[in-house]
Amino acid sequence: MGTTALIMMISAEGIIILFTAYFFWKVLVTPPKKEPDSYSDNDLVI
Amino acid sequence: MSNKENWGSRVGLVLAMAGNAVGFGNFLRFPVQAVQNGGGAFIIPYLVCFLLMGIPLLFVEWSIGRHGGRYGHHSTPFMMGAMDKRALWKYIGVFGIFSNIAIAAYYCYLESWTLAYIWNFISGAFHGKTSEEVSAIFGNYVSLSNGTGGFDIMPIVFWIICLAMNTYILSRGLSGGVEVVAKIGMPLLIIFGIFLAYKGITLKAGQHGAINDGTLGLNYLWTPNFDSIWTPKVWLAAAGQIFFTLSVGMGSIQCYASFVKGKDDIALNSMSAGWMNEFVEVVLGSSIIIPISVGYLGIDKVAELAANGGLGMGFKTLPYLFEQWGPTLSVVSGIMFFSLLFFAGITSSLAMGTPCMSFLEDEYKWSREKAALTFGLVILVLGLPTVLFFNYGVFDEYDYWAGTVSLVVFALAEVVLFSWVFGIKKGWAELMEGADIKIPNVYKYITLYITPVLLGAVFIASLPEIWSKIINKDIYEKIGAATDSTVIAELQKTLLFVNISRIGLIFVFAVIAFMVYKAYQKRLKEGKNLTWVQQL
Repeated sequence: MGTTALIMMISAEGIIILFTAYFFWKVLVTPPKKEPDSYSDNDLVI
Repeated sequence: MSNKENWGSRVGLVLAMAGNAVGFGNFLRFPVQAVQNGGGAFIIPYLVCFLLMGIPLLFVEWSIGRHGGRYGHHSTPFMMGAMDKRALWKYIGVFGIFSNIAIAAYYCYLESWTLAYIWNFISGAFHGKTSEEVSAIFGNYVSLSNGTGGFDIMPIVFWIICLAMNTYILSRGLSGGVEVVAKIGMPLLIIFGIFLAYKGITLKAGQHGAINDGTLGLNYLWTPNFDSIWTPKVWLAAAGQIFFTLSVGMGSIQCYASFVKGKDDIALNSMSAGWMNEFVEVVLGSSIIIPISVGYLGIDKVAELAANGGLGMGFKTLPYLFEQWGPTLSVVSGIMFFSLLFFAGITSSLAMGTPCMSFLEDEYKWSREKAALTFGLVILVLGLPTVLFFNYGVFDEYDYWAGTVSLVVFALAEVVLFSWVFGIKKGWAELMEGADIKIPNVYKYITLYITPVLLGAVFIASLPEIWSKIINKDIYEKIGAATDSTVIAELQKTLLFVNISRIGLIFVFAVIAFMVYKAYQKRLKEGKNLTWVQQL
């Protein structure tokens, strides 16, 4: 592969892999929010 | 009966959203677009469009969806109606049901081809065939011909099987059906994609009859032609690719997001699903079809094939190339490639079924099973012409009006509604409610100014083509140039089917709009406007 093609491929794919992995990892490790414990918490807030 | 659907898990939601976005285009359209629009340089406008148009549209659609869900709305007419009381928005919201139905009508047929090709590999239908014979199998398949002038029922059988699978899974609900398929299908798709990408990249000249290394294909795809960046056509192609790959402008993202609980995150989830789609498209999609094809056919032939689109390369060319890998590996690779396409397809078609079903469940109080069956039957009726008259342009006509024009119109309308009518302040507050990441404030301004301008540019740039389509310029030019009376008769038949398809699509839109009108009247009679909330 030519150098410029290689640079383009590695940089583009590298950026995408990093962002994909970071966001998915955040999804996996972020603890779920606690369920509302009262009716007032369930009320609509706009 | 009210709509009590819910997502079973956060990962399930993200995978279902990513599955909705990942489709055939990730593997068949993106690489072809890249080689035709500047090679490696295409990624620059592509990523810029993703950041300036794709991500803001994801934010807008997830926010519209969850906002609608707060009021018990799971279809776009009523979600949009809850954001602004003018009737116009409810009827613009009809696009969010119409597009899904019309796209599913031809998409399920496309999906069924992958099942047929998996079967062909299992049964050895491609074994010992020349490249022309393998290519002819596809031509015969879509012509419903058995190759000797007789009628072949198998395309219809596979299509019915595919419809039945979609209907059954939809009838199982979000957590019991859609989410289960996404949790199985997406990891398998990625594993199969990695395997095929590895095979494509490591292909060596002289190995299994290859004439080039697979890396030559990568070099062909990634070598940048930086001059192309200054060409408007390349930017339009990049914007178009981003638009279609994310499945925005359809109404399915809003529908899925409407089942997210009011205080749960949508910001991180939307980013995760969006970037996952990019991973499948750019990393996996660029490493399969082009490297393998260049490895066997050379750059000139691949450039020629690419001019006819990725669908032909995937279904006419690749099966023959896989056959060169020996009896076992060819079957394994063929099954993996078409399974990968099948998973990409079914996770998208299930997302298309959900808005229609949710509308019927919410507004007409139908049971989930009844709504799923109705969706299946509607797709059967609407899709039949695409199966029977594929060669007369019905499939392409559905794809153009429902799968292209409607999406751009709807996305433009919803971004205007979200940013300018509902108001970016309220919209942003909706997006950030319960957010697990902080979105840079600059995105507020991008969503307000840049995204609508970009979408407007895409729409305006496509107006000449839309007009050409309306007046059937292409078909009339072909008729004018034809001298053979048989060819002229066939073209006139195409013209007839194309016009009937359009009338059919307009009729479908009108029926949905009427149903929305009736549902709204019913709500008013019951004293429930669109921001009415059931008291606990």
